[in-house]
Amino acid sequence: MTRFFAALVLTFLALTASAEEVTTYTLDNGMDVVVIEDRRAPVVVHMVWYKVGSADEPEGQSGVAHFLEHLMFKGTDMLAPGEFSQVVAANGGRDNAFTSFDYTAYFQRVAADRLDLMMQMEANRMTNLALTPEDITTERRVVLEERAQVTDSSAGALAREQLMAAQYQNHRYGVPIIGWQHEIAQLDMPQLMAFYERHYAPNNAILIVAGDVDPEDVLALAREHYGPIPAKADLPERARPTEPPQRAERRITYVDPRVSQPYVVRSYLAPERNSGAQEDAAALVYLAELLGGSPFTSDLGRALQFDTQTALYTNASYSGMSLDETTFSFIVLPSEDVSLSEAEAAMDEVIAAFMENEIDPARMEAIRTQLRASEIYALDDAQGLARRYGMALTTGLTVADVQAWPDILQSVTPEQIKDVATRIFDRNRAVTGWVVATQEEAR
Amino acid sequence: MLRIVTILWFALLATTAQAEIDIKQVISDGGINAWVVEEPSIPFVALEIRFRGGASLDLPGKRGATNLMAALLEEGAADRDAQAFQTELERLAARFSFRATDDTISISAEFLTENRDDALALLEQALIAPRFDQTAIDRVRAQVLAGIASDAVNPRSIADAAFDAAAFGDHPYGSSLDGTVDSVTALTRDDIIAAHRNALTRDRLYVSVVGDVTVDQVGPMLDALLGDLPAEGPPPPADVAFGLGGGITVIDFDNPQSFALFGHAGMKRDDPDFFAAFIVNHVLGAGGFESRLMTEVRERRGLTYGIGSFLAPMFHAEMVVGSVASSNDTIAEAIEVTRAEWDRMATEGLTEAELAAAKTYLTGEYPLRFDGNASIASIMVGMQMIDLPPDYVINRNDYVEAVTLDDANRVAAELFRADDLHFVVVGRPEGLESTQ
Repeated sequence: MTRFFAALVLTFLALTASAEEVTTYTLDNGMDVVVIEDRRAPVVVHMVWYKVGSADEPEGQSGVAHFLEHLMFKGTDMLAPGEFSQVVAANGGRDNAFTSFDYTAYFQRVAADRLDLMMQMEANRMTNLALTPEDITTERRVVLEERAQVTDSSAGALAREQLMAAQYQNHRYGVPIIGWQHEIAQLDMPQLMAFYERHYAPNNAILIVAGDVDPEDVLALAREHYGPIPAKADLPERARPTEPPQRAERRITYVDPRVSQPYVVRSYLAPERNSGAQEDAAALVYLAELLGGSPFTSDLGRALQFDTQTALYTNASYSGMSLDETTFSFIVLPSEDVSLSEAEAAMDEVIAAFMENEIDPARMEAIRTQLRASEIYALDDAQGLARRYGMALTTGLTVADVQAWPDILQSVTPEQIKDVATRIFDRNRAVTGWVVATQEEAR
Repeated sequence: MLRIVTILWFALLATTAQAEIDIKQVISDGGINAWVVEEPSIPFVALEIRFRGGASLDLPGKRGATNLMAALLEEGAADRDAQAFQTELERLAARFSFRATDDTISISAEFLTENRDDALALLEQALIAPRFDQTAIDRVRAQVLAGIASDAVNPRSIADAAFDAAAFGDHPYGSSLDGTVDSVTALTRDDIIAAHRNALTRDRLYVSVVGDVTVDQVGPMLDALLGDLPAEGPPPPADVAFGLGGGITVIDFDNPQSFALFGHAGMKRDDPDFFAAFIVNHVLGAGGFESRLMTEVRERRGLTYGIGSFLAPMFHAEMVVGSVASSNDTIAEAIEVTRAEWDRMATEGLTEAELAAAKTYLTGEYPLRFDGNASIASIMVGMQMIDLPPDYVINRNDYVEAVTLDDANRVAAELFRADDLHFVVVGRPEGLESTQ
């Protein structure tokens, strides 16, 4: 009985403590503003997220979103090439940017009293980029080196690229964020500028400021710097090609001598978090934890790493932050002398057993407790909270959805989990990949 | 009785930010030192524990024992086997991590105020009474061996291993703390027990606590948690000189890019010129997009996605090292430019403007690090390990400001020696061959 008592005490505590201080506005030009207060240190994170990512690229121009992200650090009508980062550094700050399928974001981490300057520069490069042909030639080499380092030098990354390409038959999630090498090599100034002019606008952007700030002050600064930028009237709708009914299981074998030990991966199409309808996604968070979260307590870990020595490593993963249909995936790294077909069969047995048996209420409670606690630990990281809002607001969710999410997670039932599992575990909508060093290992 | 030795109130004053951090220094009844920051606004505590020694205490022929031991601390203690231990950890929603590095055992814990006593009791069992069940040893050993196999086909790990072996030979720094396939395969349960006995001792213990806890609670808490550990451990290894001369070592590996790791001997952390060296290296290769290496190798020539250099003052040796990856047909040029920049730094030094920009960045950035319970705990325990006093947090920026252009350029000429740079290159580099 004491076990459950402790969990109940925790429930009460977490619900009273976990709400971060968030204030939101929308500027007249349509730019959303989110302010997260954390007054413990005199630091601020200033981020601008654009609702455009690699999945919004025109066909044949893969990598243009990411390439443009690099070029945003070149010159504008006000800033010389490289000056943006130099000014940030001269003020004791750090800046960077990242591109994903659904968003492109730029951020600086500085002393809170430098927010004004950061906004001035970030607002400037939203619409005033001034590129030269040399910028593009040099930066194209950098991006190709990035691809060579991050993707082409990694057997695992190349295997993932192949898996995604097989998973999505029509949607741009099947094309790598960084782009295919041959298409990066061909991207030119008109394509890059067209993408910039089409998507970079205040009504396609979200300002997120987290740290030691007063929300009213942030709003005043935002009005001053971002407010004058006119909204783009002809902003394209984010209507991407959708997946047709997937009718055939796909299996791939990726052979690369740089694979040290063979492994099997399986991914299924799965629903993402949708505004006002996050229940399926919440249930999938539990499903991933139950099947392959902790190696010590999840079904796959117990069956394949403890009850038998079938695998060295097992995992199930799911993230619902996605504009369109996402994936639920498994990985099993078999023990020595266990073949991939044996490992895959063992994995499928665990999934089948899960579907047949009742879900242990104690496991449900443990996951619930941890999800609740993670909300408290998350408050220690203002930048992490800022990212959470940025990802949500660029993938079709609202601030209200973000704030409802912890409660939706708490209310997930075993029935919901079984229901969503029944819908997603369809091999016709799945890809199974064997990643091996030699063809002989593919057995 | 709990003794609070000093209560220091620091205002971190920098050109751009002020942080207020109230570090309390505590010695428990049992003699355990700790630095404490009370931060009650979020109901959890971050605890950082370090034991100096780490994998460098591996006994002869037992390379990998300390690493395997540290990985086993979460695999069951007292009456709980691995799964029962983790089930309890999940029930408490606490987070523990145990990690061996070359010179430390590093233990991080976060736990909710509400579960503090239970979480600390569980952590104590992990530290004092780990089970080291044979099944757990065999399971985790297989994971370590998989990691060793993976490193053998990873360009960066291949370069690291070759560089360390050539620079430090038989010293523990000369080999991976993971051990080799042979050494790890041969480890017995007794070896793990010996590693535990040697690595977790109170004579080389450093602790910091940040969060929803009061300073008078910390002493009894630490005595209960750590008081039963052995008082003393074996001596650390001797210091070792950096033994690798200038040149190039090419290691063939079929990859579209080559990865280069480079470096030479460095400077001790307590050297009076350390801050001058720190600033010089910042300008050369640690200053993000603004560093000379990034400017010349990436921004001007597009030869790489990233290049950096850093000072590595370790407990028993010191070096300046860096790395760069570039396509096989451009790595030779990347190395040539790197060498030229290294030499230019030594011969021409910094400009007044570069020195000023580096100081502005370094002094402005420092207070921004103190931005969360976990980060403050980690910074404080790191300071203790290198014998810095609590008031370092207020004086540190003065040390940066005190560096003159003459200091910086004298140190640049002494420390950065292009001819001494050794490049270990893993890939199929065009136009590069190993030197004799």
